[in-house]
Amino acid sequence: MSVNLWIILLGGLATYLTRIGGHIVLSRFDSIHPRVQAGLEAVPAAVLTTLVAPAAMNGGPAEWSALLVAALVCLRAPMFIGFVAGAAVLIAMRHWLA
Amino acid sequence: MSATSVSSDRVDHLWKGVRAGVPIFVASAPFAVLFGAMAVENGLTVAQAVLMSAAVYGGASQMVGIELFGQHVAPWLIVFSIFAVNFRHVLYSAAIGQHVPHWSPLRKAVAFFFLVDPVFAESERRVENGKRITIIWYAGMALPMYCSWILMTWIGAEFGSQVMPDAHAIGLDFLLSIYFLGLVMGFRKRPRWLPVVLVSAVVSVIAYRTIGSPWHVSIGALAGILLAAALPPRAALPLEAAAVEEATS
Repeated sequence: MSVNLWIILLGGLATYLTRIGGHIVLSRFDSIHPRVQAGLEAVPAAVLTTLVAPAAMNGGPAEWSALLVAALVCLRAPMFIGFVAGAAVLIAMRHWLA
Repeated sequence: MSATSVSSDRVDHLWKGVRAGVPIFVASAPFAVLFGAMAVENGLTVAQAVLMSAAVYGGASQMVGIELFGQHVAPWLIVFSIFAVNFRHVLYSAAIGQHVPHWSPLRKAVAFFFLVDPVFAESERRVENGKRITIIWYAGMALPMYCSWILMTWIGAEFGSQVMPDAHAIGLDFLLSIYFLGLVMGFRKRPRWLPVVLVSAVVSVIAYRTIGSPWHVSIGALAGILLAAALPPRAALPLEAAAVEEATS
């Protein structure tokens, strides 16, 4: 089997463990330590931020405007609307700045 | 209760589940198409892209995965990154598990495979309305979303490159960053969100410049997580309330 195939299958297994793991582990405890919980709560925001920050740093006015608009729209509207607004700004500004 | 009323109950639950699932699979479809197109662009075959949607079934983690495929990083690191991005799911089954004591362990093991963000949100909403999460309702809500995710991935992988000729002009290379930022914004009501985001951003940029990709992901994320654990604990939300807030926002 190719390496890609192994990565996909193991990635699927790892994901499945996260989907059943919470129930399996937490159903055995009445409570979890507040610091552990605080760390767990921070996981998605922390991980996803590290994916945006370097790309934003490498970008220019079009990319920065797109992120700013997307973030502002996300404050008031569902995430998908914010995504579309950011994408529209990006495409429009790349078109005009080109 | 007669046999007919049991079966009409089932049809009713199935139908209500399907109706609850329509908005979520419509909203997710563009991301599946985007993933399919990006996966092929990053060197996966169409079959591998479809398999990844079927096996991993988590938009953000699949995007991260193919982003790293394109950079020729160590295989275990890609698997670990997928795991890290999906780690939030441990909250979902922990919360939903308390509402489905009537499900057998096998039923839970199968059902929780499909417990992605919007499926979790819809399940919590049903509990909020004082209704039981029956397995038939859950299947009616969750399975169309899963099938649509796979089908839309195939469409994106098969036809994406023809539909989107100039990746830069239509912003394909940067759409992921906007998408991830949208997800980050969705977690903003969580305690310590702003300090976590700021520290993760600064540390990941420094790591990106000094150590290099893809280590900036783990190093930046670890910095944010440790900060959250080290800050004085506030009156923490109950686990379930925090997870609901995140999934519905």
